[in-house]
Amino acid sequence: MNANPSPKVNWPRVIGRAILHTVVITVAIIWLLPSMGVFVNTFRPKQAVGSTGWWTILVTPFDFTQYSLENVINVLAGNPEYVETCRENEEIIAAADSGACDELSNSRDRRTCEQVAAGERVLRRCDLLTDLLSSDGMARAFLNSLSITVPSTIIPILVAAFAAYAFAWMEFPGRQVLFVVVVGLLVVPLQMTLIPVQRMFNVLGLTNNPNFPFLAIWLAHTGYGLPFAIYLLRNFFGALPRELFESAYLDGASKWTAFWRLALPLSVPAVASLAIFQFLWVWNDLLVALIFTSGRYSPVTRHVANLVNSLGQDWQVLPAAATISMILPLVIFFALQRYFIRGILAGSVKG
Amino acid sequence: MQGQRWWVPWLYLAPALLILFAFLVYPTIHTVILSFMDENGEVLVTEHCKSDVCEWGIFHNYWYAFHNPSMQEAFVNNIRWLVFFTSITVFLGLVLAVLFDRVRYEPIVKSAIFLPMAISFVGAGVIWGAQAGVYKWTNPAKPQVGLLNAILVALVPGFEPKNWLRLQPWNNFALIVVGIWMWTGFAMVILSAAIKNIPKEILEAARVDGANEFQIFFRIIIPSISSTLTVVATTMVINVLKIFDIVYVMTGGRGGTDVIANRMYTEMFINFEDGRGSAIAVILLLLIVPVMIANIRSFREQEATR
Amino acid sequence: MRKRLAFLTLAAVIGIALSLPMSGMAVAQEECVISVVGVWSGDELTAFEEAVAPFMEENGCTMDFESTRDPAVLRTAVDSGNPPDIAILPQPGVMYEYAADGALVALDSFMDMDALAEDYAPIWLELGSYDGTLYGIFYKVANKSLIWYNPVAFEEAGYEIPTTWDELIALSDQIVADGGTPWSIGLESGDASGWPGTDWIEDIMLRTAGPEVYDQWVNHEISWTDEAVVNAFETWGQIVGNPDYLYGGVEGTLATNFGEAPWPLWEDPPGAYMHRQASFIVGFILDQYPDLEMGTDINFFPFPSINEEIGPAVIGGADVVVMFNDRPEVEAFMEYLASPEPQEIWASMGDFISPNQSVSLDVYPDDATRSIAEAVVNAEIFRFDASDLMPAAVGAGEFWSGVLDFVENPDNLMDILERIEEVAADAYAE
Repeated sequence: MNANPSPKVNWPRVIGRAILHTVVITVAIIWLLPSMGVFVNTFRPKQAVGSTGWWTILVTPFDFTQYSLENVINVLAGNPEYVETCRENEEIIAAADSGACDELSNSRDRRTCEQVAAGERVLRRCDLLTDLLSSDGMARAFLNSLSITVPSTIIPILVAAFAAYAFAWMEFPGRQVLFVVVVGLLVVPLQMTLIPVQRMFNVLGLTNNPNFPFLAIWLAHTGYGLPFAIYLLRNFFGALPRELFESAYLDGASKWTAFWRLALPLSVPAVASLAIFQFLWVWNDLLVALIFTSGRYSPVTRHVANLVNSLGQDWQVLPAAATISMILPLVIFFALQRYFIRGILAGSVKG
Repeated sequence: MQGQRWWVPWLYLAPALLILFAFLVYPTIHTVILSFMDENGEVLVTEHCKSDVCEWGIFHNYWYAFHNPSMQEAFVNNIRWLVFFTSITVFLGLVLAVLFDRVRYEPIVKSAIFLPMAISFVGAGVIWGAQAGVYKWTNPAKPQVGLLNAILVALVPGFEPKNWLRLQPWNNFALIVVGIWMWTGFAMVILSAAIKNIPKEILEAARVDGANEFQIFFRIIIPSISSTLTVVATTMVINVLKIFDIVYVMTGGRGGTDVIANRMYTEMFINFEDGRGSAIAVILLLLIVPVMIANIRSFREQEATR
Repeated sequence: MRKRLAFLTLAAVIGIALSLPMSGMAVAQEECVISVVGVWSGDELTAFEEAVAPFMEENGCTMDFESTRDPAVLRTAVDSGNPPDIAILPQPGVMYEYAADGALVALDSFMDMDALAEDYAPIWLELGSYDGTLYGIFYKVANKSLIWYNPVAFEEAGYEIPTTWDELIALSDQIVADGGTPWSIGLESGDASGWPGTDWIEDIMLRTAGPEVYDQWVNHEISWTDEAVVNAFETWGQIVGNPDYLYGGVEGTLATNFGEAPWPLWEDPPGAYMHRQASFIVGFILDQYPDLEMGTDINFFPFPSINEEIGPAVIGGADVVVMFNDRPEVEAFMEYLASPEPQEIWASMGDFISPNQSVSLDVYPDDATRSIAEAVVNAEIFRFDASDLMPAAVGAGEFWSGVLDFVENPDNLMDILERIEEVAADAYAE
């Protein structure tokens, strides 16, 4: 906007820009306000989360006693009571070492302390890093989530791109009807498909298959993600100018080359947005993961669901869990921003 | 388009059609069959009617779906969702995509709108729910912990905190707001991708010709992205039909907030009524037909003009 | 363009590479794995894992525990012919559904029934049976007929523990006269909102109409519009129909989450004086006030009797363990679970009451928990949580909604009951 430095101030334009910035920033803040609660509560102690508003920290933002990492540590250790248990264990071990078991207030702690002192029992000392990396720790769940999500994003996009290309640029009988049926499948409720799909996996031997532990869930997410992927890509492929393809065919390009060299590269913004959403849906999915993965192959969402007990106790760790599991999707969203570029088509359109 | 062998398109379609058949079509057939069966899916519903008269014969489960009071309430609520959720997400998504396109900090503000999409439904329940979220009610004698009541108490003198998730019919709108908060980012990202595909030269030529921003918006942007607008609107309509998680997590459909998809889930998995649950699922499938017809038109138009 | 495609390809390769080592690792698989789908998670799961550790060690087995409260998960697994070995269900009603479908393994086909009869009171075996066959073992009992109070606050104000309903109401009036609020009630519970209110109705129903009518009510042998049910709601109405009794009034009762409802008892000055809730509420209280001691700072009294002719009664809830596959190691595991050993381990860790009479009362971590457990084992009249026994459309549906609607507008009682009756007539029909 300062390409044309002029001595005269263009007042309508300045006012217009000011209104634009105000509106944009206000909307962004309104949208962020609810999520701020999650972010702030991630770093507040358990007792504060449910009893005072998160904005109360704004009164004295630099009073660091109002913050606590206990929820973050509890989530990373995969145990809602981790911090507390460690503190108790240290206390009991210390009492046992100094022979002061009687001074403990809780009768159960006293008994444990006596056992420790007598050498009958070894109390675990907590080590966050070891617990995090253990076979059922959060790090493993994170890797599982990646192993599930990355192929479950790429496979459906690829399969959908082929189909969308055919729907957009090939002529065959029943094209519109078939396409509408495919899009109509978007409305099939996931829950209704689970039983037939699980039966099919049983027949194919994909249920809890130790050699291909993720194959079932990759296929499932591919199936559930396809209708939207085909729908969106067909729309963007279809919007490409006809001359582009015609001149390519004149130059001797085949359908196959036109797909890889024209359709796909020119639809990068659409593919990028599709990739983000498919990634998010798979990353945040709990139901499909509960049904098509078993124990040690379970993703982060299943570990998070395990933090809260059957009555909903310890829900205070959920903001921390939400923040932690949100980090990667947001990083990817930022990383893909550079594909949301203007004018990919510019210059490629003849005339 | 000429000179292709007849089977070439099917080669490109085969992987998708195969997977779609296995994961969506075959289960749908299964659901349609179940919708004519009794609660265990074993015998035809006519042979095992729960009421004395098997109304509508083999379509008895559909009769139930249309006559059950909870279902009728759900239909009304789904219409509320349809009107407000769809229009506001599409409108806001479009306006924001256009506005954000004009500022240099676009990635940052976009992320702010997109952020809710990255939060799981459990997280959304914590953010908005009555337990600790935006809609929480706290004893008026004490400072409010819920954001909405806190803001209103601070701004409106003498305001009494409200129990937003029980206050009929406003509780439905409270839930719709959560939906809008979560899904506007979706509409914005996709519409933004479409807007970025409009060649810059066209916009600049219009500006040189003296068109103002409103004219550019209505004469150039809207027509250029109309097919994408259809895609986003259709997706939102389908979302409304399937809307379940938000309602389930926040109210369980109680207090007059029930929706069709929650009824389906309740009948199927909580009440063990396979026939009724399946019939509701089939109704959802049928409701989408008009939207699909609108889509055929939109795509014919796109193909005619490209 | 090429760069972008390269990026995509790279991502694909990384993705597949990431998943390959995992696939390799799985080949060395254990021989004995027992799969469990259950509602327990968090601290419950940690405790359960510890309780089964001796069995797993001795038999060289591992447990694959899948926690979920989504009933769709178990339904899908069972209906697709791929059920877990063991399931832990939150309500016996769900067990009866699976038993009726023939999906469960009958426990009397391999267990020593005489030993079971010695360990469990007849009511638990009866509740665990469908059509005369035993399918389930109960775990993690909650004593629901408890009223919690803050002994320090009671002593300061000079209040006595009421032993009859009239004394309870008199005490409530006394507290109001003293400028306080007697009750803190919270019915909010997300998708399950309303359930704490059904516990009130059940406690009152058992004490006003007696155990026989209570059983008829559970089995829908009396209508929801029966005088006994109306009377139970109206009796509760003496408390929830009086806004002066309620912390935060009617609005607060409907809006407050059940886990948060007891908190005002420990405020200074007390926001409220009494809170009726099951034994598991202690965990929620200690989460918010970690320094309180059970017995000295937190205490309870039994829900007082209402009709003098009906003796002391207890309502209890519990989760139920059922079995889907009859492999020998699963049978052995089920036998172990029914035995006192794992239950004593869990009981000693707190937050657990065993229905097994052979579990020694000494294992409970404190006197208060011991007396709660004692009340369950020695109850003169013991009944299971009615809503958990009813078909889900009523017990986890219209009954919950009805309770909320009643609190919102007690004058609508007959409409509410007629609506529940309509749903019940359909849900109980065969």
